[in-house]
Amino acid sequence: MTVTTQPSCADGRAARPARAVLRDSLTVGVGVGVSGVAFGAAGAGAHLTVAQTCALSLLVFTGASQFALVAALAAGAAPVAAVAGALFLGIRNAFYGMRLAERLRLPVALRPLAAQLVIDETAAVTLAQPDRRAARLGFTATGVCLFALWNLTTLLGALGAGAVGDPARYGLDAAGPAVFLALLAPRLRDPRERRVAVAAVVLVLAGTPLLPTGVPVLLALAAVPLAAVPLVGPAGRGRSGR
Amino acid sequence: MTVWIAVLATAAGCYLLKLLGLCVPARLLDRPAVRAFSVLAPVALLAALTAQQTLAHGHLLGVDARLAGLAAAGVALWRRAPFLVVVLAAVVVTALVRLA
Repeated sequence: MTVTTQPSCADGRAARPARAVLRDSLTVGVGVGVSGVAFGAAGAGAHLTVAQTCALSLLVFTGASQFALVAALAAGAAPVAAVAGALFLGIRNAFYGMRLAERLRLPVALRPLAAQLVIDETAAVTLAQPDRRAARLGFTATGVCLFALWNLTTLLGALGAGAVGDPARYGLDAAGPAVFLALLAPRLRDPRERRVAVAAVVLVLAGTPLLPTGVPVLLALAAVPLAAVPLVGPAGRGRSGR
Repeated sequence: MTVWIAVLATAAGCYLLKLLGLCVPARLLDRPAVRAFSVLAPVALLAALTAQQTLAHGHLLGVDARLAGLAAAGVALWRRAPFLVVVLAAVVVTALVRLA
């Protein structure tokens, strides 16, 4: 989930060798897949059962939504607010799906199966491939490798953290914010995104003392219309935001 | 039980969003406002979650060892460390600050 999510364009090379595609896929699949251990630990820290934590990785399988749901439940948010936050984070996968559908041209019968693998990392690898064969191989290899490892390491993390005991004693309560920062960092490239982030922080901190748990994070969505509007015309770059 | 309902509702919703993208003709969804929202909503939510998880204790705001941990994570990110190293840096530094 650390992988840059804005996929680069195909670089013009024709018919990439399968070996090169597989190398990309496994680098991403293994590199990100092992991070499931952090999610497993987060689930245990939030007092979810091992089965609940593993069910999230198997069935939700999109890291940001999983971490957000667990964090909200741990903080005592109403389930509706917790689920809403997780779903808002999942909207971007619909857009990856659109791009991938053009690129992969999957048979209708395969789409329900392939859909579960539509996430940041598979989109990044697939959309970077120059031709359909490489794209299909990259999507499948990245998706299968990541799915297998993410779920395996989620189980290990949940069992391991469950055995450790009080998460705060080991600083594990700082894992949550670090995860969110790591997911956020690659998205802060332009001034508009940084303005939205700053406005969201202001809104959530203002709302925390006043609103029911879980609601301030949703209130932060108001940062999108508030801060996304360009401040000046095309020449104005806005302030840097940080 | 509520946790299971939340887990399954999130699973169903996230799956349908993924499937929607694969099955719906791009023209139906691909409008500038919708696209901008899909890019910026995660930015807003992740920034809010980062701030809240660092500075909030229930309804109270305050600074504690987690802020040092987050700063360590920020340095690790800046040095382009892998995801798990970023998380570990935050955990270790927070634990050390609490010991001190």
